[in-house]
This record gives sequence, C-alpha cells and structure tokens, in this order.
Amino acid sequence: MQPFALIRTKRLERARAIVRDKPEARALRAGGIDLLDRMKEGLDEPELLVELRDAMAPQVELGAGQPLLPAENPERFPSAPRFAQIGALTPLAQLAAAELPGAEALTEAASQAATPGIRNTATVGGNLLQRPRCWYFRQRELVCLKKGGDTCLALMGDNRYHAILGAGPSFIVHPSSLATPLLALDAVVSVFAGTPSDPPEGGATTEPNSLRLLSELFVSPADDPTREHALEPGDVLTSVWVPVLDGMRSAYQAVREKQSHDWPLAEAAVRMRIAADGSMRDLRIALGHVAPIPWNASAAAALLEGKAPNADLFAQAADAALADAAPLDGNAYKVPMTKGLLREVLHRASGLALPE
Amino acid sequence: MSDHSKQPGGVTRRGLFRTLGAATLVAGCVKQDPGSENPERSEAPELDDALGLTPAPLEFVLDGQPVQAEVEARTTLLELLRLDLDRTGTKVVCDRGACGACMVLVDGVPRNSCMMLAHDVGGSEVTTVAGLAEGEQLSALQLAFIEHDALQCGFCTSGMLISSTALLREGGPLTRGQVEDAIAGNLCRCGTYPHVVDAVLAVANGEGGRRQTELLQVKKGGA
Repeated sequence: MQPFALIRTKRLERARAIVRDKPEARALRAGGIDLLDRMKEGLDEPELLVELRDAMAPQVELGAGQPLLPAENPERFPSAPRFAQIGALTPLAQLAAAELPGAEALTEAASQAATPGIRNTATVGGNLLQRPRCWYFRQRELVCLKKGGDTCLALMGDNRYHAILGAGPSFIVHPSSLATPLLALDAVVSVFAGTPSDPPEGGATTEPNSLRLLSELFVSPADDPTREHALEPGDVLTSVWVPVLDGMRSAYQAVREKQSHDWPLAEAAVRMRIAADGSMRDLRIALGHVAPIPWNASAAAALLEGKAPNADLFAQAADAALADAAPLDGNAYKVPMTKGLLREVLHRASGLALPE
Repeated sequence: MSDHSKQPGGVTRRGLFRTLGAATLVAGCVKQDPGSENPERSEAPELDDALGLTPAPLEFVLDGQPVQAEVEARTTLLELLRLDLDRTGTKVVCDRGACGACMVLVDGVPRNSCMMLAHDVGGSEVTTVAGLAEGEQLSALQLAFIEHDALQCGFCTSGMLISSTALLREGGPLTRGQVEDAIAGNLCRCGTYPHVVDAVLAVANGEGGRRQTELLQVKKGGA
C-alpha cells in the first residue's frame, strides 16, 4: 500500500471536519475490510485515514431507545413499540450472536456474511457502505462507468454475477448482505452529517444526526452510477434502527455457489406478522444481489398483504417480484433461482410447510 | 477583524498548497477570519496527532512476549509479523482476507492479520501459531493434527489451528457442523478438511469424533 497516516479521534465532529477538508485524499475507517482491499488493489489511495473506532461503541440493544424523529414529516418513518439499535461499529460477529426475536433475518444474514475471521473485524456500517464487488470495478486497470468511464463493462463482458432488476447504466449488484434483511425489516439509519449552520457545498441543510429510511441511503445508478450511497464525504453512519413489531417474524436466505465464504448469487428476506385471523400483515420483501440497490419487492408484498399463507399465492408473489427482471446474456439463471429462493423464504417466514 | 494579509501558518504544514489553486487559497484566507459566519470551515482541522507516515512506536504482546517496534501506518499486522519480526509461522497466501492462512488471535479473537493494520493491535495480546505450544510441549490440538493427519502441504495449518483453538477455548463438546463453521474461512488446497474436523472433535469430545469418521468411511466403502 502507498504511505498514509492515521488519526484517531473520539469526536465525530473532528473526524468529519478532517475528511471534508480534503475529501479526495482522506477516508473514514471503521473495520477497514473493504477499505484495505481497495487500497491494496490501488483503487483508492488516501493519504490519511481517520479512525472511527474510538468515536463510537459497538453495541446491539433491544428496546433501550427510539430513533429521534425529525420535526418535519415524522410520519414517514416507521413506528413500533420497540426498536433494536445497532451501532454502526458493531462487528458482524457480535450482531450474529445477538438475540433479536423477530429479526432473525438480520442475525442470520450477519452469521453467513464473509468468514468467521472477517466477521470479527468487519462492521455493520462498513458492510452497508462497502463498494461493489464487480470484477470489472475491482480491476485497477479497467475504467468502467463507476470509475469515470463511459460504459458498464459487464454489458459486453462476463456478467454472470450482475444485476437482473433495476439496473442500467451500471449493472453491479449491491454487495451488502445486511442491507437485504434490513430493508425487509424497514430499518432506519442515523447519520452524523454536521450542523445546520454547515450545509454541504450547494446542498441542503442537514440536522447533526439526521434520520433516514434505509432505502434513502442507497443511490440507483440511474441517478448517479459513480456512487452507491448518498452520504457526503465525512458523513458518518452511526446507528441502524430496526422496528420490532409485536408478533413480528422474519426469515433470510441466500444462494451461493459454495457452502462457505462466498458472495451470494441471490438473497431474499421477508418480514411479516401473522394476525389473529391467520392473515399476513405488515409484509415486506427484499431481494439482494440481484439489483444495484437492495431491492424492495413491494408489488409482491402487496399481493400477499392481508392474505393467509398459501403455497400458490407465494409462487404468484415470487413471479410478481421478478416480473420486471431484464437479465443480461449471462445471468438469466438468476430469475428462476430467485423466484424459488423467495418462495422458500416466504414459507419459512410464515411457518407454512414447504411443498414436496 | 478582517486581515486578509494574515498568513495562515498551519496551512502549508498541512499540505494544502499542493492541491488548492491560488483563487481557492485567497478564499481560504478570507475564511480564516475568526469572525466568519461558518466556524467549522474557518480553519483547517488540526492534524498534529497523525501518526504513521514514518515509522511510529507500537507496543503489544506477541506470543506472551512484549514487543516494541517502529511501524508505518501502512504496514499490515501480517507484514509486521513476517517481514519485520521474522515470525513466519503465520502464512501469507491471498492477502485479501479470503483464505485464512494469516489468522492470528487478537485478545483471543481469531482475525485475518492481512486485513488489519499493525497499529490496530497496540496494547493487545497477539497469539500466532508459534504461541500455541507451551515451550516444547505441543498443544493437545497440535498433537491431534499430527495424530489425525490433518495437514499435507501445511500452508493452511497455522490458520486452521488458530480458528480451531478459538473454538475449543469456548469449551464444551462440539459437533462436526460447529467445527466446519469455525474453519469456514480457512481454505485448504489439499482438501484436508475432514481430518482437521476429526482432530478438533477428538480434542473437544475425546475419540468419539474419530469413530464418527470411521463409520463414515465404512459407509462410503460399502456404497
């Protein structure tokens, strides 16, 4: 790696100010797994890393607090009797071991991401904000759309691991395995983004600790193919909040080529409640590794809302979730695979036995 | 106070001249005015405590012995161990956290040393494969690796031993699945996995683990 210096600070204000002072040459460091990977590859060459590990504590707490709602439009955020608060610096291993009844989709995903050794270092925030794993993006010599080029190389190249939904002009799949269950669980995130007197250049004024829907964290390539998340340099993701509904249940599953240590080919996560009349309520479905952003399959969820669990209905929902799929020449296999995966996860989340 | 001619003494030291154009610099000087409406932007943040552009002191405990070293920030823990301290028991293979050959225990937690900076372990206790034995006496797990023929070329062995040692330290009997999960980040090109699992199970559960494999072999032989 190129020479660089480290700064450790306990103050997020200072960490943010240092990075904003020279954003092209400075970076925040949490667990540093993706950051070191990119630096070793020569994709990023920061001259100064600002360490967050002394500024925030790793923690998973259930029911201890509520996210601070903004004064404007607080109703657009989910309400729940309890929230689980997950510190952004929490290692994946700690999240995997946490007891979060109803949010098993999240702890399962955390326990399957990467390897045991990496899970001891990699953090929740870093997992959500890591750069894509596309092999064209990760090759230093290749100038793809994400690196200022004029085309996505997956279009002409080997695109077996690329997107089938919501893609173009970039065809990456979003790399975060936690984002899939967190989107299904309707999570919100706290972002430390300066003070109201300090608007970003040409940007809107933000609260010091602004709350965002998780879905607002991610940027579609149609809006900007060079980025995956909406944070400005120096902004710090501090907490993830998961609403815990009474009687909530959830499930997550991924398909991989290998059993251990592999990136998913597709993921599905489902959250629901089963009402007293046996119907499914508050249903949310998210798909991962099939689109450039964590994919909210809202049409499929709407199809099931208020209905009793039923195998045929689940198959219809899976068809609806993939109805807009537009595979490339090498990844059409993902369409039936993701449908089958989603059906299985719907069965698991609802408790309806799988058909033969 | 609006003293545009005031030289912002700290700016040169922070290397700002290299990247800022003259016009930006003038604007920057204006913002140096303490009466500026934007206090955060008015002054470049202090970087005096930045460390590691040149070798910086680092102290930690390595295999029971205190170590003092002068290390650059860019040096990974793996590089420090192998290149600076000549502790080559920890192996380098992928250097990207994908293979597990470089795993060490940091305060008892198995981690990939290639994806950590050396300065991350300041004040910590690092245990490599060389720290698992008590002097000349190999650990029970190391003996079991020999007994169960759990290695061929040996490149994955340090990492396998580290991951498995951490699992065994949690205590209690183990299942094959638990051992397989614990070594999921340790790749073995030779395919010694079943013997590694046998060795770990033998230590955790007594020889029951081995019998399980023998049964498996009988079943396979009969198929």
